[in-house]
Amino acid sequence: MRNTLATKLLFDLSQPGRRGAVFPKSDVPDQALDELIPRAHQSTSAPALPEVTEPEVIRHFVNLSTKNMSVDTHFYPLGSCTMKYNPKRHERLSALPGIVDMHPYRSVEDSQGMLELLFTMQAMLAEISGLPAISLQPAAGAQGEFTALLVSSAYFRDKGETRTKVLFPNSAHGTNPASAALAGFECVQLKSTAQGFVDLNELSAHLDQSTAVFMVTNPNTLGMFERDLPEIARRVHAVGGLVYIDGANMNAICGITRPGDFGGDMMHYNVHKTFTGPHGAGGPGSGPIAVRDFLGDYLPGPVVVRREGPGTSGVSSDSTLVYDLAVPARSIGRVRSFFGNVGILVRGYCYLRTLGAAGVRAMSENAVLNANYLLAKLKDVLPVPQGDRCMHEFVASARQLKEERGISAMDIAKRLLDYGFHAPTVYFPLVVPESIMIEPTETESRETLDAFAQAIRDIVREDPELLHQAPHETPISRPDEVRAARTPVLKWITSEG
Amino acid sequence: MAYLYNTPQQQREMLATIGVGSIAELFEQVPENLRLRRPLDLPPALTEIELENHLRELAAKNTTKKTGVCFLGGGSYDHFIPSAIDAVASRSEFYTAYTPYQAEASQGTLQAFFEYQSLICQLTGMDVSNASLYEGGTAVSEAVFMAMRVTDRHSKVVILGSVHPEYRQVCETYLRQVNCELVVVPVPDGIADVAAVRQVLDDRTACLVIQQPNFFGCLEQTRELTDAARKVGALSVVSFDPISLGLLARPGEYGADIAVAEGQALGIPMQYGGPYLGILACRQEFVRKMPGRLIGETVDREGQRCYVLNLQAREQHIRREKATSNICTNQGLMALRATVYLSLLGPTGLREVAELCTRKAHYAAERLSKVPGIELAFRQPFFKEFALRCRAGVDPILKKARAAGFDIGPDLKRFRNSGVSSAENCLLIAVTEQRSRTEIDKLAEALSG
Repeated sequence: MRNTLATKLLFDLSQPGRRGAVFPKSDVPDQALDELIPRAHQSTSAPALPEVTEPEVIRHFVNLSTKNMSVDTHFYPLGSCTMKYNPKRHERLSALPGIVDMHPYRSVEDSQGMLELLFTMQAMLAEISGLPAISLQPAAGAQGEFTALLVSSAYFRDKGETRTKVLFPNSAHGTNPASAALAGFECVQLKSTAQGFVDLNELSAHLDQSTAVFMVTNPNTLGMFERDLPEIARRVHAVGGLVYIDGANMNAICGITRPGDFGGDMMHYNVHKTFTGPHGAGGPGSGPIAVRDFLGDYLPGPVVVRREGPGTSGVSSDSTLVYDLAVPARSIGRVRSFFGNVGILVRGYCYLRTLGAAGVRAMSENAVLNANYLLAKLKDVLPVPQGDRCMHEFVASARQLKEERGISAMDIAKRLLDYGFHAPTVYFPLVVPESIMIEPTETESRETLDAFAQAIRDIVREDPELLHQAPHETPISRPDEVRAARTPVLKWITSEG
Repeated sequence: MAYLYNTPQQQREMLATIGVGSIAELFEQVPENLRLRRPLDLPPALTEIELENHLRELAAKNTTKKTGVCFLGGGSYDHFIPSAIDAVASRSEFYTAYTPYQAEASQGTLQAFFEYQSLICQLTGMDVSNASLYEGGTAVSEAVFMAMRVTDRHSKVVILGSVHPEYRQVCETYLRQVNCELVVVPVPDGIADVAAVRQVLDDRTACLVIQQPNFFGCLEQTRELTDAARKVGALSVVSFDPISLGLLARPGEYGADIAVAEGQALGIPMQYGGPYLGILACRQEFVRKMPGRLIGETVDREGQRCYVLNLQAREQHIRREKATSNICTNQGLMALRATVYLSLLGPTGLREVAELCTRKAHYAAERLSKVPGIELAFRQPFFKEFALRCRAGVDPILKKARAAGFDIGPDLKRFRNSGVSSAENCLLIAVTEQRSRTEIDKLAEALSG
């Protein structure tokens, strides 16, 4: 059933003279182009883009799309990524005229509805985090981390302190050290306890006056709640440092407990995860940050404020504005152009408005229920070193299977594709050997979880050789990644060479 | 409850399988004293009908006039978006998938991104493109960091005052922590004075950052500028307008080392500033210093052509603090939109759009500069955007435009804190292929009144 013609590379489909879009003739008085733009600025040739028709373009991309697994077609238990259902109403509502067609420099007077939405979003994120000051600007979680670290730098600079180090446990996401390095900090990675928690002794041994920030994911990347966080925060604060909560795993705790209540000073959200972005084949995300009051003045601007009285920007200073844009007093500056990934924030807003307080809590409760249920169904065939309980996700290990039968985490991941399930995250976190990180999310039925558990139970009994060769049912078999890296081919190359 | 499947009966059975009596027991890991003892204070839940009505009300508040014909510019533009783009981007298999870590189950995404990289190379005349960054401002910053790695010069970066002030602010923010001096060359006359730029460049300079067309819409002398950078061993980073490349010289033709762009014009709606698309392409020799994802071609076990995430050893999930960037996501869905846009338009369509913008913008410039009290701010060649100086101030002009149903600007006053020289009494006008002669004439009449 595969249409191999339609999925040839666009360039190989091209025929000179075809086109997929036609524009109207110019309606302004005709003038020689060279009189408008000097020849020296013009290119001597048109860019050699493919020439294809609209029907070809559609058939090409629709056929390509069928080579993907996605949340709408498959269970997608990719640990740490919160691949929950993406409600269709979000797509329609974020595309409403008056929202999707708003230029970012439209006057404040003519943006009151958008600003009201964003202001309410700020307030809802502050309430869920227990941290009052919000910036919606960061484009993704990693940029949220970076932004918050810059906020901490500015804060310490104002206090006349030079703090050079950012600490994080070895179970941290790779973005934590990468963001810290980009923000000019020295990275200090701490060993975790055998159970995967922050090791208090190890932490204390590294804390001193040079500590700027301790970054920690809670629940951590093993899907466990860091119950010592108040003590961790006490120790970090005792040396004058700040605690950063990586909000990647917020789906476990919304309405249950709040980063601001368990010791966090700063955090980021992943709106595309927790508040169902969607993921867009790898982005766009949106990574707002929430910080304590005393850090609010350092946030990037603009932020949305509510005020009465004459407007301070825009064209009619006589109108009474309700919502306005403002740059915090001691802002670190911009981390991107324009306001933020508003299209994703609108979807997150729609989600929170649909759920309400009880729904948000039920979301986390059911995420945790589904994860624990799957853990219970799998632990006898796929041991979970951290024990019988988890939050919204858990990390199983194929170490024993690998030793006894040569079946690796990768083998199981690849074979699951044949069974019609997206693979879990494998080989992260690094602290568990042959790790398989499973996050079912709350938007999956018990029937799906049962079928997934059965698939794994079947797979671990299969011939290891069959598994090493898996997947067998996908559009391609395992790719030669070594060849790809050794002689990188990163674009289409003409057949003429 | 919205989006939940399990019935109360199923929940009870699941709890029994787990071996607990209630959901509350599952949360025993969370110490009692850390739990929130009240419901979150959030607005009440809405059904789909209520939510739709609410969003429609908010949308209606975003426009207080009958029409809002968009002549706004400054990095986000009202270009036409063919319907085929929405049709492709609304395929669930694309927009509800994630990063293509499992190549066997992600060939659709991977091939589309490979095609994106190929199209960007053809468009720019550069050797290699990544699979996208956040947006135009961070693309400039990532290029600057990349130039520092390539040249091993970490103390000085030169940027023209005609680069988008928000991109410059982003660079400033990114560079502050690494003690790198960011030298801004003032551009009082609409385009940079090449001799003045040469004065500032030296053997400590990692790169020279140029925007073409620049923030004021004017065309810089890019060949002379990239030459000047090369003479001191610095790289040239050029932020371009992708639509302009239907007509203007490509960055690869005038010797750019790294070409970056805001890709919003390529079929991405304005949506109040994001999500947009950061484009970054460069010369082949810098490929291993690039930030962000790269897709490569290879073969599977049967020798069938296929695509994978490539050269991941540059990235944060492998290299952690030694990664070339902290970026984790790309802007996949936006890159897909740009891919569809460029394939629909092809060389002819892109040329048509670029020509239409040029012709209409020049007609508008001529009409508007005849309005009493208004003149062109600069006497320089421009593409689809230009700056007007309003002798009696910008506010009355904006007021007249608004009353007649036109959005114009931005007012350059908006950027006065970011050192936009000649910002006094100036505003920008952008004219895309969507604007008609009638609209331009009516705007000119409204401003004359």
